[in-house]
Amino acid sequence: MTGFLIRRILQTILVLILVTLFTLLLVRVLPGGPIRALLGPRATPAQIAYYNRLYGFDQPIYVQYGKWVWQLLHGNFGYSVKLNQSVAGLIADKLPKTIILVALGLGVSLILGIPLGIYQAVKRYTPGDYVLTGISFLGYATPTFFVGLLLIEWFAIAIPLFPPFGPQGETVWQILSQPRALVLPVLTYAFIGYALWSRFMRSSVMDNLVQDYVRTARAKGASERRVLWGHIFRNSLISIVTLLGLSLPSLVAGTVFVEVVFNYPGMGLAFVTAAGNVDYQVLLGITVVTALATIVGNLLADIGYAVLDPRVRYN
Amino acid sequence: MSMITPPSDPAPVEAIQEAEQVDPNALTAVEAAELGMTPAAKPRSMLRRGWEVFAENKLALVSLVGLVLIAGFCYIGPLFYHTNQVNTNLKDYLCRPGAQHLLGCNDVGYDQLGRLMVAGQTSLEVGLAAAIVAVLFGTLYGALAGFAGGSVDSFMMRIVDAGLSLPYIMVIIILSVVLQPSTVTMIFIIAVFYWLGVSRLVRGETLSLRTREYVQAVKVLGGGSRRAITRHILPNAVGVIIVQATFAVADSILILAGLGFLGYGVQPPASDWGSMLSNGLNYLQSSNYWWLIYPPGIAIILTCICFNFIGDALRDAFETRLQRR
Repeated sequence: MTGFLIRRILQTILVLILVTLFTLLLVRVLPGGPIRALLGPRATPAQIAYYNRLYGFDQPIYVQYGKWVWQLLHGNFGYSVKLNQSVAGLIADKLPKTIILVALGLGVSLILGIPLGIYQAVKRYTPGDYVLTGISFLGYATPTFFVGLLLIEWFAIAIPLFPPFGPQGETVWQILSQPRALVLPVLTYAFIGYALWSRFMRSSVMDNLVQDYVRTARAKGASERRVLWGHIFRNSLISIVTLLGLSLPSLVAGTVFVEVVFNYPGMGLAFVTAAGNVDYQVLLGITVVTALATIVGNLLADIGYAVLDPRVRYN
Repeated sequence: MSMITPPSDPAPVEAIQEAEQVDPNALTAVEAAELGMTPAAKPRSMLRRGWEVFAENKLALVSLVGLVLIAGFCYIGPLFYHTNQVNTNLKDYLCRPGAQHLLGCNDVGYDQLGRLMVAGQTSLEVGLAAAIVAVLFGTLYGALAGFAGGSVDSFMMRIVDAGLSLPYIMVIIILSVVLQPSTVTMIFIIAVFYWLGVSRLVRGETLSLRTREYVQAVKVLGGGSRRAITRHILPNAVGVIIVQATFAVADSILILAGLGFLGYGVQPPASDWGSMLSNGLNYLQSSNYWWLIYPPGIAIILTCICFNFIGDALRDAFETRLQRR
């Protein structure tokens, strides 16, 4: 296990270096560059050169990279000129709100997706299975923002059950104190995840149903209920953990659209606003923080997988 | 909108049991000849077998017909239904569906039905082109990494890991801000991310294929690694690659729609389904402008569902390749 951990953590460090490098290159090397974006198309070359020098963008890329990572390690994510706020402060403000959305949405989608996926596998090729499969395929094929808009159209405008926008407010408590406003964003977010989990659970349980250990369990006289929940369910859950780690980028993508549709004050909305303002420091900061979260999430999922399934540690 | 494709159904029990018995016919004619064996009967080609399994799947056939219809609507439709999609016409501002405009007009007077066709061309073209570019590059990269093995493979895959840990939607947005939006940049922006997942998949497939007896046999018989990759590994991975390409088209169309929604899609007067949808949203609150929202939304969903169903059927057709029928 120690060997596995060391190997895995070394890999993660290499990935971290590459990710930060990619992110910086993305912003620095592309045509125009940050200063051109900030000053607009009518800036003269002399002005651009002046500001490039001022911000150190004229230095070799490895020097810029070193300085930038050094600042990151000290928790300095840069300063947004447009917002007149430090990027770290902005993230500290927005991240908890996004986490609320992800946690609630993910929770709802897992609570619905796992049992319904198992049901589909057990009752495969019945009308119930086909209907649920249809819903999952719909989930795969519908853009997240369209789901949100339809929910607004149906449940906020046609039948005014919920407000047509997400909860507003400065603090996390203000967000949480508006449960009615949270319903539609959370449902939108959950619908996308539901398709993934139920589909995955269905095929995973079907894979396990034909395994030898299931035959053994049945042969020793375990009830069908015990075979399903005591054996198959536990084994399928292991792979859900990995999938959860792998799907983090998709989960992030989901929050961006849900937050924009519902005007939910999280990181996704802050990111899209920054993109509109061409606010490079914010774009860079949020991208790096999200990438770090994904990498750590993957690492934790892998370690969790190794703890749950000893076979993985030895390859 | 996910870069993770739906997991496949496992092969039925009987198929797995059948597959366990090694069938000498499982070798293709070329391989058999190389091994000095005379094939008992001319084996059907993999594509042919795949098509037979595919054709049994009614849902997939319906989807295929559906896609042909959608493509026909987008490309042949404008020949019969003439509309002006370049000049705005404020007289027709948000006009209701009627005899003159079958699906009404949008907020600058473009005919919605005609726009649906033109926008569909962009969506389909970008989706297909991005998928093809991503799959070709990803396949090449993945096959090279998998075949090279060792530290080269390890490093090449860490690059992919790093790319996959970046929040793709954010990077796509940054790229859209920096690059001038056009059809070509859209294709590039989407493909630049999508190849990562493909390369990981193809690499995994290559790793498992290179240890198979028939690839080992190529080495024993003195064949080079280029021969092993091009004649033996890639043809056998082609099923996985085609399946992935099918899902890639659907995903690319969804990503393009998302970009259109955020305002980074193709720019007016050109349009894609996502941009049309995004345009309709401004009139959501005032309600009753259903023709602005439902037609493009349903077009996106139908197209993606068709590609996903076909991808699923192809997976059943190719990935149970040990199953002889």
